[in-house]
Amino acid sequence: MAILVVAAHDGKTVRANVSSAVAAATQMGSDVHVLVAGSNAGEAAKSAAAIAGVAKVLQAEDAAYANWLAEDIAPLVVKLAPGYSHIVMAADSVGKNIAPRVAALLDVAQISEAIQVVSPDTFVRPIYAGNAMATVQSGDKIKVVTIRPTNFKAGAGGGSAPIEQTAGGAASGLSSFVGAELSKSERPELTSAKIVVSGGRGLASGENFKMLEALADKLGAGLGASRAAVDAGYVPNDYQVGQTGKVVAPDLYIAIGISGAIQHLAGMKDSKTIVAINKDEEAPIFQVADYGIVGDLFQIVPELTAAVEKK
Amino acid sequence: MKVLVAVKRVIDYNVKIRVKADNTGVETANVKMSMNPFDEIAVEEALRMKEKGLATEVIAFSAGPAQCQETIRTALAMGADRGILVQTDAELQPLAVAKLLKAVVDKEQPGLVIVGKQAIDDDSNQTGQMLAALLGWSQGTFANKLHLADGSAEVKREVDGGLENIKIKLPAVITTDLRLNEPRYASLPNIMKAKKKPIETLAPDALGVDVAPRLKTLKVEEPPKRKAGIKVKTVAELVDKLRNEAGVI
Ligand SMILES: Cc1cc2nc3c(=O)[nH]c(=O)nc-3n(C[C@H](O)[C@H](O)[C@H](O)COP(=O)(O)OP(=O)(O)OC[C@H]3O[C@@H](n4cnc5c(N)ncnc54)[C@H](O)[C@@H]3O)c2cc1C
Ligand SMILES: Cc1cc2nc3c(=O)[nH]c(=O)nc-3n(C[C@H](O)[C@H](O)[C@H](O)COP(=O)(O)OP(=O)(O)OC[C@H]3O[C@@H](n4cnc5c(N)ncnc54)[C@H](O)[C@@H]3O)c2cc1C
Repeated sequence: MAILVVAAHDGKTVRANVSSAVAAATQMGSDVHVLVAGSNAGEAAKSAAAIAGVAKVLQAEDAAYANWLAEDIAPLVVKLAPGYSHIVMAADSVGKNIAPRVAALLDVAQISEAIQVVSPDTFVRPIYAGNAMATVQSGDKIKVVTIRPTNFKAGAGGGSAPIEQTAGGAASGLSSFVGAELSKSERPELTSAKIVVSGGRGLASGENFKMLEALADKLGAGLGASRAAVDAGYVPNDYQVGQTGKVVAPDLYIAIGISGAIQHLAGMKDSKTIVAINKDEEAPIFQVADYGIVGDLFQIVPELTAAVEKK
Repeated sequence: MKVLVAVKRVIDYNVKIRVKADNTGVETANVKMSMNPFDEIAVEEALRMKEKGLATEVIAFSAGPAQCQETIRTALAMGADRGILVQTDAELQPLAVAKLLKAVVDKEQPGLVIVGKQAIDDDSNQTGQMLAALLGWSQGTFANKLHLADGSAEVKREVDGGLENIKIKLPAVITTDLRLNEPRYASLPNIMKAKKKPIETLAPDALGVDVAPRLKTLKVEEPPKRKAGIKVKTVAELVDKLRNEAGVI
């Protein structure tokens, strides 16, 4: 049976992590369809059709789908579900919001943040902030799975799958979108950046994050933070890396003034190379860092910024 | 309006967990257990509603073994009015917990249910959304701010790009994110008072819920260990390593 990937998008293109979801889906079966629901989602549907490995794109047009409200999207997915063996979404804030609602309506379990597809019914997923890996097998007829994008290499483009229109249902009337307060940034998005510069409580103020911005700009890096830095109001909530924030796995992660609590490590320890800058040589972050430098970040960071070439 | 809050007993977030030698799970014997931190936030939010006169009663729900009584007592000591324990030694997965919660909602008719966005043991992030689906209610997940108005709730949600505001119809299910509030500590007098507050104990059967797990855990393993690297003395050395050894800049 076919597999349905439910794609989040911005109206123009599907999110980058949809390619990862498709890559994961191709490991569960061969016939991968992508659902692109929205209002004026034509361009986004085209971008989904271009992902290699996609057999068909289903486009569902309705004003009710414009803002990805779970109460409206979940019934649409449920209506399509009988034709599929798996429903797959990326484990981002959209997938986490919608997939469990779909699963419960289908009376099936949901597998959260799969990092490996062992077989079509068996998946590996991290538990306890990634301190244990559970291999779980689903006995349900339809498997609803969210996948951790950093663990599935996004496929190439160049596909040209056909796009079919599919009818949606009526709006639920349960919820409505009021507005968004999105962080504006010219920098690469945190979860897909090749380099991430991340700051913690050691930065001591939001003002001091400007120092990290200068380094990030020179490296072409995304900017992240620990929970402590977010809670203290230095940076917005979407900067948080960790067990209960975002999971990143860049080529280079630079942790600055971050102690390395397990909840933080859960979000970055799969990075290829980790650098830690911390004045406390006993800080646990050094246990996962490839290169550590013990010292005052207020001295080291400007020096580092001066020493690297602009990308 | 009654408010129902879910409180889960989990291994304390400060404990470094150990995978069992036979790979069947995580060692929970003689380990410090606490209320899931997100559920402390849920209890706090419900208590603030009661203090503002928006809620009449706060009921703390937990599902699991007899020791979950302690978790409910913690909620009662924070200020919740009474507790409901669905007692079972069976393994409970999110869909089963959502069904138990639904059965209790049918019985108690709360106007709002608040649960944590994620339990820090299993990290599923599912129960609240599943409960909302089973009830046919709206859901305000990853709540950063909650404001109740006539028959509806305005919820500020923590999403990938920042924050999002939605308006949802009541009754609803809310799941808490870290910045919703800072939970209070229970004072000693309140801990004493909590001992007298009622906890009702129910069995899944009595609620007509089949809690049999849908996912079979085949094994639980340690993640691959990252080996510690080296300390460098100077920024110049660091840049050299990043450029010529790691090849990442
Ligand atoms: C339910 C729950 C969920 C959580 N989820 C997350 C999560 O998703 N992500 C997350 O990050 N945390 C999370 N946490 C919090 C986590 O436990 C830690 O509290 C947090 O990561 C600490 O942040 P920090 O390292 O910035 O601060 P601290 O632990 O205070 O560390 C600051 C570090 O900065 C260093 N420092 C200070 N000044 C300087 C200086 N001038 N130069 C160099 N170094 C300096 C210090 O030596 C110290 O190591 C969670 C906690 C709970 C309970
Ligand atoms: C005795 C026992 C043994 C278990 N053994 C295993 C095992 O070996 N392997 C395994 O993978 N899982 C096991 N589980 C199940 C696992 O610990 C989780 O309870 C389950 O998968 C739910 O996931 P979650 O709590 O992460 O859900 P989430 O959806 O992340 O939880 C979100 C919120 O739902 C509410 N909630 C969830 N569960 C409860 C509850 N029980 N009571 C009150 N509120 C709740 C809380 O408000 C919580 O913040 C076991 C459970 C029990 C009771």
